[in-house]
Amino acid sequence: MLDEALAAYVAAAREVGNPSSLHAAGRHARRLVEESRERIAAALGARPSEVIFTSGGTESDNLALKGIFWARRAGSLNRSRVVASAVEHHAVMDSAEWLGSHEGAQLSWLPVDDAGRVDPAALASVVEAYADEIAVVSVQWANNEVGTIQPVAELARLAADAGIPFHTDAVQALGQVPVDFAASGAAAMTVTGHKVGGPVGVGALLLGRDVACTPLLHGGGQERDVRSGTLDTAGVAAFATAVEATVKSQAAYAVRVGALRDELVARVRAAVPDAVLNGDPGDRLPGNAHFSFPGCEGDALLLLLDAQGVCCSTGSACSAGVAQPSHVLVAMGADDDRARSSLRFTLGHTSVVEDVDALLAALPGAVERARRATAWKTPR
Amino acid sequence: MRVLAAMSGGVDSAVAAARAHAAGHDVTGVHLALARNPQTYRTGARGCCTLEDSRDARRAADVIGIPFYVWDMAEQFHANVVDDFVAEYAAGRTPNPCLRCNEKIKFEAVLDRAVALGFDAVVTGHHARLGADGLLRRSVDEGKDQSYVLAVLTRAQLDRAVFPLGDSTKAQVREEAAARGLAVADKPDSHDICFIADGDTKGFLQRQLGDAPGDIVDGRTGERLGSHNGAYGYTIGQRKGLDLRVPAADGRPRYVLSITPVTNTVTVGPREDLEVNEVIASKVIWHSDSTQVECDVQLRAHGEVYPATVTIEGDTLTARLETPARGVAAGQAIVAYQRSPEGDIVLGSATITAAAPLAASRA
Repeated sequence: MLDEALAAYVAAAREVGNPSSLHAAGRHARRLVEESRERIAAALGARPSEVIFTSGGTESDNLALKGIFWARRAGSLNRSRVVASAVEHHAVMDSAEWLGSHEGAQLSWLPVDDAGRVDPAALASVVEAYADEIAVVSVQWANNEVGTIQPVAELARLAADAGIPFHTDAVQALGQVPVDFAASGAAAMTVTGHKVGGPVGVGALLLGRDVACTPLLHGGGQERDVRSGTLDTAGVAAFATAVEATVKSQAAYAVRVGALRDELVARVRAAVPDAVLNGDPGDRLPGNAHFSFPGCEGDALLLLLDAQGVCCSTGSACSAGVAQPSHVLVAMGADDDRARSSLRFTLGHTSVVEDVDALLAALPGAVERARRATAWKTPR
Repeated sequence: MRVLAAMSGGVDSAVAAARAHAAGHDVTGVHLALARNPQTYRTGARGCCTLEDSRDARRAADVIGIPFYVWDMAEQFHANVVDDFVAEYAAGRTPNPCLRCNEKIKFEAVLDRAVALGFDAVVTGHHARLGADGLLRRSVDEGKDQSYVLAVLTRAQLDRAVFPLGDSTKAQVREEAAARGLAVADKPDSHDICFIADGDTKGFLQRQLGDAPGDIVDGRTGERLGSHNGAYGYTIGQRKGLDLRVPAADGRPRYVLSITPVTNTVTVGPREDLEVNEVIASKVIWHSDSTQVECDVQLRAHGEVYPATVTIEGDTLTARLETPARGVAAGQAIVAYQRSPEGDIVLGSATITAAAPLAASRA
């Protein structure tokens, strides 16, 4: 957590008070919550009433997809189609799949090009074909694996012109690129605390005032009746502090970390000439570098680099921990081998050129060794 | 050394990894995902293929303070262990899948990958001793000894294996796990076959192989005594569940003597017809310089030992037993041990292909 967010958390956590209560302690807590709501709204180009606090990105995505779907279908049984990109985070993708298997939703997955970007023309043709059937459209602001930034404003306008609510998961984008809710034209937007130096377990769904959304959680009617449950005052205060700080530092951060990332990419390519940079070469999150190393298993590379103090990530793992080929890379047209040979390096606020030096010191040997180790897969 | 600890999620492999770490080795923990779909395998904390086991292994690695990864070995496991298990039964033999898993997965697929990634050895929680002299010996805990299912390992495989538990009893291992704060200290022992979730081997084979009706015949008279739905459902020495409609002339119980896949026949007879004095085996792994030795042989996992004269000729092992053994099944391993006060030494092993009464084999 950022120092200032931690300080805000500790200060608020010392005070007991339920922001829904009417007594003095409750009033104090409520004031902290509402000030936090206003600070987040101001930082993200939203109105305070549009900030619905949740437990984080997963809940916000579930609430947007399911809540807007239910509300839209309640208005017209015909509106039961969910449109989302093929490279969404699992919180969006699995919510859509669940609506398909439990609520009879039809699903349209928007394809991406080889850089991982949704073509607005693809959304336009889906909207044209199913204008009256679509309940909700969801396309992320930026991809969490390969870092590609989506043309959100253009997509949101296409949906809005057809009267369809557009949701975007901006968890990865916030603090990395400029994010403005009103300017984006989106009807709903997911953000979360722990990606911006705030606490884990607090996030928000920015929800346009006229967007109907059926709650997932019923109870005390907090948060516009869309999300019941006593608010975590300290978490909300720390979240607001982190959002403010990250938005304020975003431009300088993007310049510094983007340059460091470009250096990392250039040096990796020089050291491993056949490495393939995945995602858009320019229009991507500043801290993201994502490569496929032909002939390597990503998890073997991870093990070898981890042993030398370099932390990086492969795609996702199943519940038993087995590495799975990334659905993002598969959607970008990568074959199974390229998907399995991929590795993501993420730079952040604390990253310095010495980190890039350490990676480059370890990488060539690790790649060579991982290539030899792939022979183990040969069937006997 | 840089070692890879295979961690099943059980208490033995957790303590083995902890001991290797405490001994100053650079240890990396790896859990082998063996099920094609982990959710479909057993749910109790008894096997080695569940989400719970994967989590238990990770938790133990975190407590020990070592890196931990999950390696997907499902394809290799199915091709080399599960498919082999089914094919062996279909061929009228009785395989040992744990032995096969050691031979093909832990000390071949995993070891090869580990070596390629720069590791010097694989550490497991098997109960067996492998000391500086390079000899594989029984565990001090004879009841838990697993040298039988490790005897299939070659010299090269043993040179890259570390078994830190051989000098401890299971009770000591559990005690140490508790002392080290490993939550698996009280986890029940695994038993049965990890890929048969309900423990019903016959039902599993029936699903894999389908019904294959055939005759049950008398080994002495050739008389047809009954029928079966698949010879794979029978084991040499089996007495129960034969469901014979014709009683034996002498009224004594009958046992499965042999299974003949070609004619799909199960042959039964009296107990004494099960007795064999000579065992022939192939796929020989032999560590001794002598090709004829007086030693003990073990003919099944946790089975009794028989004093015997073992002769090695090319890839054939012949054991002449001093006292007859019963219920010797083709497909099982014969493991030769040399008695020793420091733990009986594994001389070698082979896969049983035939067994016969001495008189018959001489005729």
